[in-house]
Amino acid sequence: MNSLMARRAVNWIMTGLCGLALAIALVPLVSLLWLVISRGLAGLSWSFFTALPAPVGETGGGVGNAIAGTLYIVGIACLIGVPFGVGAGVYLAERGDTRLGDGIRFIAEVLSGVPSIVVGIVAYGLVVIPMRRFSALAGGVALAVLMVPTLARSTEELIRLVPHELREASLALGVPQWRTSLRVVLRTALGGIMTAILLTVARAAGETAPLLFTSLNNQYWNWRADQPTASLTVQIYNYAVSPYAEWHDRAWTSALILLLLVGSLALAGRLLSRRRVR
Amino acid sequence: MRPKVEVRSLNAWFKANHALRNVSLTVPANTVLAIIGPSGCGKTTFVRCLNRMHELVPGACQSGNVLVDGQDLHARRVDPVNLRRRVGMVFQRANPFPTMTIFDNVVAGLKLNGVRGDYPALVEKSLRQAALWDEVKDRLRQSAVSLSGGQQQRLCIARALAVDPEVLLMDEPASALDPIATARIEELIRGLRESLTIVIVTHNMQQAARVSDSTAFFYMGELIEHGPTEQIFTNPRESRTEDYVTGKFG
Repeated sequence: MNSLMARRAVNWIMTGLCGLALAIALVPLVSLLWLVISRGLAGLSWSFFTALPAPVGETGGGVGNAIAGTLYIVGIACLIGVPFGVGAGVYLAERGDTRLGDGIRFIAEVLSGVPSIVVGIVAYGLVVIPMRRFSALAGGVALAVLMVPTLARSTEELIRLVPHELREASLALGVPQWRTSLRVVLRTALGGIMTAILLTVARAAGETAPLLFTSLNNQYWNWRADQPTASLTVQIYNYAVSPYAEWHDRAWTSALILLLLVGSLALAGRLLSRRRVR
Repeated sequence: MRPKVEVRSLNAWFKANHALRNVSLTVPANTVLAIIGPSGCGKTTFVRCLNRMHELVPGACQSGNVLVDGQDLHARRVDPVNLRRRVGMVFQRANPFPTMTIFDNVVAGLKLNGVRGDYPALVEKSLRQAALWDEVKDRLRQSAVSLSGGQQQRLCIARALAVDPEVLLMDEPASALDPIATARIEELIRGLRESLTIVIVTHNMQQAARVSDSTAFFYMGELIEHGPTEQIFTNPRESRTEDYVTGKFG
């Protein structure tokens, strides 16, 4: 009886400690959200989503071109990164049990650990210098390089989750390997891969360093891939390091919009995966 | 009777493990061959050699000949992909494609290969053959995983039949099913004999006795005895066969 009491006491104390650890871990997250929302909410208006940035001294204005630019650059990154990332993942899962596969996996691991600023420099050397200008394309390339390794590894894991029986079922029906890989195995893993793409895009959309000297910035609307393009992250950076108080407020509001954008992408990914499980 | 499948001194290995030892037998057209034997005796490996699924396992290899309609499966011009359309297979665990509807599962063999055809008629014919039509005819657009286990297995049989194979290999098709579903599948096998040749692996000796024309008893990778089912179960030549069918070991 005594030992039962002791066990209950230990259980109670440990549960309490775990709860405390959770509360402490939540402090930075909650304070970050609170800070961004409380400081950013004041500047939020319809025109902030649609207008161009206003010069110093003028009130109003917005970050419409930066929102569009972020979406534009991320779109370019997807066009480049998703086919390579998913394709590499399919290769690793289907044909990766070789030394070449191990090598690719190792490189992907190293690449996903490379600081994003280094990726920015590489894109600067590969795209900006030959083109002799900053451009949305260069930003897209930089973000794509960031996306490919994580996408490849998560695609590989998701494809390996597809039961071997399904592959055999398809082969036994006289479907060739490659069609089996694409139309049965990849098709079955597709829901999970969509979630992985959304989460990777959400991560890429929040990157600043790779864009600083690739897509640079732009005060105006731009839809040309070979021109400098505004992005929310770089815009926040510029506003935040400026000496003007009103620009600091705009930085907070832009940060709130970025949080909303990244958060809704991540949420969409989670909802998609939950629907798949059901 | 004309032999549909002819196996000549077939050996199969998984790396160093010699799984099949010098197996020879023939299966006449439009008959059912039952393969019996204790676990790990090479039954599954044997049927997987008949449609060249064995070679897909890493480290697997084989020697000897398998002939279907007198044609060697390992002749250079035989494409394993085409072969598997002639020699269909049903697996131990029902494995319908979870992303496809019931309808699409049945015609998967054609659709995945880009073959066009009168899909609705083929779906009805195949599902009727598999004795599943009446249960699913009003829900063909539903997901295949909404079916029960026994229905899923019959769906897999319909899927295998839809590509119109000449030989059907069944690897313990009823081992995961309840007695009612098992009875339906056995009934189905007896009916299918009219149009094709069947090789069925089973753990259940009553099942072998009920559905097959001839029975082969495997033990430790060797074919111990092969003969008419009645003889194997009532008057086997080998004492090991008798011990196994009477339940003394296995």
